[in-house]
Amino acid sequence: MSASPAKPNRGYGRWTPAWFLAPAVLTLFLIGIYPTLFALVTSFRRYNITRPRDGFPFVGLENYVTVLTDSTFWSSLFLTAQFYLSVLPIQIVLGLAIALLLHKPGMGMLKSLARVTLVVPLATTYAVVGLIGRLIFNREFGVANQFLDLMGIAPIDWLGTPAGAFAAIVIMDVWQWTPFCALIFLAGLSMVPGEIEEAARLETSSKLALLRYVQLPYLMPGLTSIMILRSADVLKLFDMVFVMTRGGPGSATDLISIYIQRVGFRIFDLGTASAQALLLLVITIIISRLYIRLLYREVH
Amino acid sequence: MRVSGKLFHALGLAVVVVFTLFPFFWMVAASFKTQADILATPPVWFFTPTLQNYQEIFADSKVIGAIGNSLLIATATTALAVLLGAPAAFALARYEFRGKSDLWFWFISNRMTSPIVLALPVYLLAMQANLLDTHIVLILIYLTFNLPIVVWICTDQFKSIPADLEQAARLDGADQFTIFRKIYLPLAAPGIAVSAIFSFIFSWNELLYALVLTRRAAQTAPVVATSFMSGYELPWGKIMAAGTVIVLPVTIFALLVSRHMVRGLTMGATK
Repeated sequence: MSASPAKPNRGYGRWTPAWFLAPAVLTLFLIGIYPTLFALVTSFRRYNITRPRDGFPFVGLENYVTVLTDSTFWSSLFLTAQFYLSVLPIQIVLGLAIALLLHKPGMGMLKSLARVTLVVPLATTYAVVGLIGRLIFNREFGVANQFLDLMGIAPIDWLGTPAGAFAAIVIMDVWQWTPFCALIFLAGLSMVPGEIEEAARLETSSKLALLRYVQLPYLMPGLTSIMILRSADVLKLFDMVFVMTRGGPGSATDLISIYIQRVGFRIFDLGTASAQALLLLVITIIISRLYIRLLYREVH
Repeated sequence: MRVSGKLFHALGLAVVVVFTLFPFFWMVAASFKTQADILATPPVWFFTPTLQNYQEIFADSKVIGAIGNSLLIATATTALAVLLGAPAAFALARYEFRGKSDLWFWFISNRMTSPIVLALPVYLLAMQANLLDTHIVLILIYLTFNLPIVVWICTDQFKSIPADLEQAARLDGADQFTIFRKIYLPLAAPGIAVSAIFSFIFSWNELLYALVLTRRAAQTAPVVATSFMSGYELPWGKIMAAGTVIVLPVTIFALLVSRHMVRGLTMGATK
């Protein structure tokens, strides 16, 4: 990590880093910032492309007023928060349990196998996770109801009822992202210095005490990172839910990205959708700031 | 006590393996079932496998075309991401300059931003520029999440290269561009490869942009697979075969970089 200061020499001038950075920065500017500015302009216009004859007049803050007084927008944000609060505790608890199982000495082969299989859900195409969900949670021939039947529970119309559909997308999200939490916690557990852990194991036979007093401090950065990244991911979540439920039935799974997509590309009200998207961007920027503030301190 | 502890450990690990692989297994199994076997209630676990679904999707020019599109788009965007991202990472790893932390912040917020934020304006811009349903628009827009990943992983990799090597080259009169090409790039090759694999996986898996920005000619594999999900009699076997074909290559890639998975997904905040 040597910070080599620029020296007056060939190719060591003040502008050398700029030459290396320029292509990436210009590209990101062109594909990231410029469209965002365009969205900002659009958000001040009435912009329904199914009615081009009306033109796209500037209407000031009208779209923002529409969005902020739109109860569907708020309930969609609320539902997204509810989804986040449903999946997060399950993923943290299961993820920690899996990490502890993988950290425990012994069971070499089986452990390596489990460690490797964790990568599979993470890599599975999100849209395909949705396709699998449609198959597993089918009311008639879905395997989820077969499992329920084994436990003596009556079949559920998973994707046809609001509560069932919400539960189904929670389960698929838990399946896909629990391994992410497990791997982060596992990385934290392996940071505990070996001799400290050994000494603590001799001191106490209580696993809980070990976890609470020795391992927990090493797990905290990972936990923070999980909470922040998952919140950004849930705000982004589209593919899996879109394929499984399209936001329905009714608005039972109408998460924020699904809702904005519908306003923009089904109703084609791009002015309102842009205003919604920019509000979403503001939330995301706050989350990113938090992430950097809490987790990148050592980088700078 | 010790024996039961071991048993519990083994059982727990076995449950983890089953839990992680089950949905995947169920998809692959369904891809080898006949429609009648898939629609059976209760679901059948033992059946005579058939290759008919695979024959059907590989005979479907739409599916073949979509896989070709996905390959082309993911490869091109990955190549561009490395081409643009590696030099940027070099600057971030080796120089101190004003605005560096802002630049970082910008890269990271790109990783966090919902695709819907950019999908709306890019749709309008692409429409005006007659670029809807072309490969190039997806290749470019995928850079918004690929570039940050490549920059992050490569910066980390470049930082780990000892500065002594650079000093020696400097004494020989090499300029920074030569040092970058002759010393940093070859030594960082493994890290660059990892970042390229991540970039490929993310691009291959993407749905929202592809759904919104393509109609037919540039449709990617996930879009086509989900498009089978409409109508009354769903061709389940075909859908699951397509799903398997889409997921298999990225799963193999992911297994290759499994040790780096956490770094790739967190932008290195936890190591």
